[in-house]
Amino acid sequence: MKTIKTLSAAALAIGVMGGVMIGGNAQAAVGGPKPPSLDWSFNGIFGTYDRAALQRGFQVFKTVCASCHSMNLMAFRNLEALGYNEDEVKAIAAEYEVQAGPNDDGDMFMRPATPADHWPAPFANDKIAAISNGGAIPPDLSLINKARASGGDSAIRASLLQPGGFPLGADYIHGLLAGYKEEAPADFSLPAGKYYNEYYPGHAIAMAPPLYPDGVEYADGTQASVDQQAHDVAVFLNWVSEPELEQRKNLGIKVMLFLLVLTAMLYALKRKIWANVH
Amino acid sequence: MSGSSNFQSNSKIVNWIEYRLPVFSFMDAQLNQYPTPKNLNYFWNFGSLAGIVLVIMIVSGITLAMHYAPTEAEAFTSVERIMRDVNFGWLIRYIHVNGASMFFIVVFIHMFRGLYYGSYKAPREILWIIGVFILLAMMATAFMGYVLPWGQMSFWGATVITNLFSAIPLVGESIVQLLWGGFVVGEPTLKRFFALHYLLPFVIVGLVFMHLWALHMHHSNNPTGVDIKDEKQDTIPFHPYYTIKDMYGLGVLLLIFAFFVFFAPNYFGHPDNYIQANALVTPAHIVPEWYFLPFYAILRAFTNDYVIYSWFLQWFMSAKLAGVIAMFASILVLLLLPWLDRSRVRSAKYRPVYKLFFWLFVIDCLILGWVGGQPAEGTLVLIGQISTTWYFAHLLVFIPIIGILERPKPLPDSIAASVMGSHAPQAAE
Repeated sequence: MKTIKTLSAAALAIGVMGGVMIGGNAQAAVGGPKPPSLDWSFNGIFGTYDRAALQRGFQVFKTVCASCHSMNLMAFRNLEALGYNEDEVKAIAAEYEVQAGPNDDGDMFMRPATPADHWPAPFANDKIAAISNGGAIPPDLSLINKARASGGDSAIRASLLQPGGFPLGADYIHGLLAGYKEEAPADFSLPAGKYYNEYYPGHAIAMAPPLYPDGVEYADGTQASVDQQAHDVAVFLNWVSEPELEQRKNLGIKVMLFLLVLTAMLYALKRKIWANVH
Repeated sequence: MSGSSNFQSNSKIVNWIEYRLPVFSFMDAQLNQYPTPKNLNYFWNFGSLAGIVLVIMIVSGITLAMHYAPTEAEAFTSVERIMRDVNFGWLIRYIHVNGASMFFIVVFIHMFRGLYYGSYKAPREILWIIGVFILLAMMATAFMGYVLPWGQMSFWGATVITNLFSAIPLVGESIVQLLWGGFVVGEPTLKRFFALHYLLPFVIVGLVFMHLWALHMHHSNNPTGVDIKDEKQDTIPFHPYYTIKDMYGLGVLLLIFAFFVFFAPNYFGHPDNYIQANALVTPAHIVPEWYFLPFYAILRAFTNDYVIYSWFLQWFMSAKLAGVIAMFASILVLLLLPWLDRSRVRSAKYRPVYKLFFWLFVIDCLILGWVGGQPAEGTLVLIGQISTTWYFAHLLVFIPIIGILERPKPLPDSIAASVMGSHAPQAAE
C-alpha cells in the first residue's frame, strides 16, 4: 500500500509539473479560434499516413502551393514514401529544372532534376518572393505543420490526452485553407490587399484563397472540393513535417511493450529480493 | 569516505591490480556493500534516475554533435538533416530534446524530496550545496542547448536572456557583448554556446562525483530523518536491495520517457522553434522552456508598481536589475537553506507546521511556473508578484520562524524502530 501511495504521489508530481507548466507554454502560442479537429489517419499511437491522400495532397501542393511556397527540406527521393516507385520519382524530378555548375567554362547552367535534388524554390530569394506577393514572403512549407502545432488554445494539452503526438498543425492547415470567407464581418475592417480568414491569427491574411472547387483534377478521380483539397494537402504537409512519423510510432509500440514487460519483471524481482527485509 | 570492504578475490589479475590501485575494494565498498537505510521510499529513486538521465543526455548529445553544424546558415538545416537523413537521427534528437525535460522533472522532484525530508541539514550541507551548483550548471547547459537548433525561440530566447545582463551597472553592456561575441546574437554566439554546451555536461559529471562523495560520507538521509545508529539494524547493503529498486524505478521512468519520445515528441517544445531564426520577425510571445518558467515569472514580477520594489528597492536600482537579481537569488538563496532552517528535526513527517508550508511552497512554485508561461498582463502580473513574494518569504522568513517556534512530534528511536512501528496493525501515520 505504501508503495502504491508513494508511486501515485510521484506520478501526480510529474503530471502536475508537466501539465501545468506546459499549459502555460501552449497558452502563450494562441492565435484565433480553434480550427475543427479532424480524425486524421495519422492520429493516435497506431497512426499511419493514407497513401492515396498523400498523393492527392502532393498533387495540390505541386499545382497550387508550389507556385509561391518553397519546400527546401524535401528531396525528390523522399517522394518514394508517398507510394511512388523509383521510375515515377525520376519522372517527377525530370519535370523540374535545378541550377548546377559551374561547368568547365565556369558557367552555371540549368539541368533536369534528379531524385537526389531538393525541391526547387519558386523564387530566387526572399526579396523577389516579397515583391511578387504584395510584400509578404510565403513561408517555406517543409515544417509548417510542426511550426503551427498549437493553432488553438490549450491544443497541446488536448493532444496529450489523445496520445497522438501533435496532429494539430494539420487541423490548423486544413482549417486555414478551407476557412476563407468571401466577405469579412461588418464590424471588421479588412486592410487593402488582405483576405478574411476564420482561423488565421488576426484574420487578415495576405495569401489569396488558394483552393477552388475542382481547382485540381485528381488523378484518382476523387471529387476535388475545397475541403477535400485542404484535407489532402494538410496530410501531405504533415508528412513533409514528420516523415519519420510511421517509423516512430511503430518502433514506439515495440519499445513500450518491451519496457512494460521489463519493468514488470524488475518489479517482481524487487518484491522477491525485498521479501524478507523489515 | 566511510564504509569498509572485506573484498577478497581468487583472481590473480584482480589481486595484482587491487594491490596497486584498490579500485575493486573501492567499488565493492561504495556500490555493493554500501550500507543504506532500509526505509527509503520511492522518492529516493530520483537521485540515481538523474544520474542515468545525465548519461543518456551525454551519449545522445555527443552523437548529435557528430552531425550538427554551429553556423547561422547551417544550424537549423543541419538539425533537420539529423531528423530526416541521419539513420535514426530523429530518435537520437527526440531522446535528447525530451531527455532535457525528463532531467529537470527528475531533479525537481529530487530537490523537493530533499526539502521535505530535510536532507540539506547537518552534516549534509555541502552535499546540498553541490546539488544547487549542479542545478545551476544544468540550467546554463539547457539554456545554451535550446539555442543550438537556431529556431525562432532559440534566437529570441537567447536575445532576451542575454540582454538581462545589460541591467548590471557599469559592466553590463560589456558582459552582454562578451556573451554575444559581437553586438547582436549571431554566429559567434552560436559557436560559443555550442562549445560551452559540450563542456558543461562534463563539469556536471565532476560535480555529481563530488555530490556522491559527500553523500557517501554520511550516507543517505531517510524518511524519518533519524541518523543511522546501528548499521546491522538500520541498514541493508546497497546491492542487491537498492540496485534492483533503482532498476525498477528506471523502468518506470523509461516508460514515461519513451511515451514522449515516440508519441508526443514535441509536447515540451514550442512550435515557433520549427521556424528558422529571423532577426527581423519577433514572435508574439517569447517564452522559455517550461523548466525556466518559475524563474522567468520571478524575473517579470519586478515592475515599477511591485510593492517590494517600489517600497524599498527602487532607491537603489532599476526594476529590470531587481528582477535579474531576484531571478538568480531565487536559486542562490537555496545555498543558505541549511542555516536558514533552525529546526534540528529533519523530516517533515514530524514537523506538522513545516509540512503544511512545504506543500504551500510546492503549490507556489507551480503557480510561478504557470504565470511564467502566460503573457504578462492584468491580474497575472499581480499573481506573479504575490507568488514571488511568497517564494522568498518561505525561504527567508517562514522557514527560520517555523524552525524556532514549531514543536515537532516525537521522533522514533531509530530507523529500525520506525520500520517495525509501521508494521503494527492499523498503525496511524
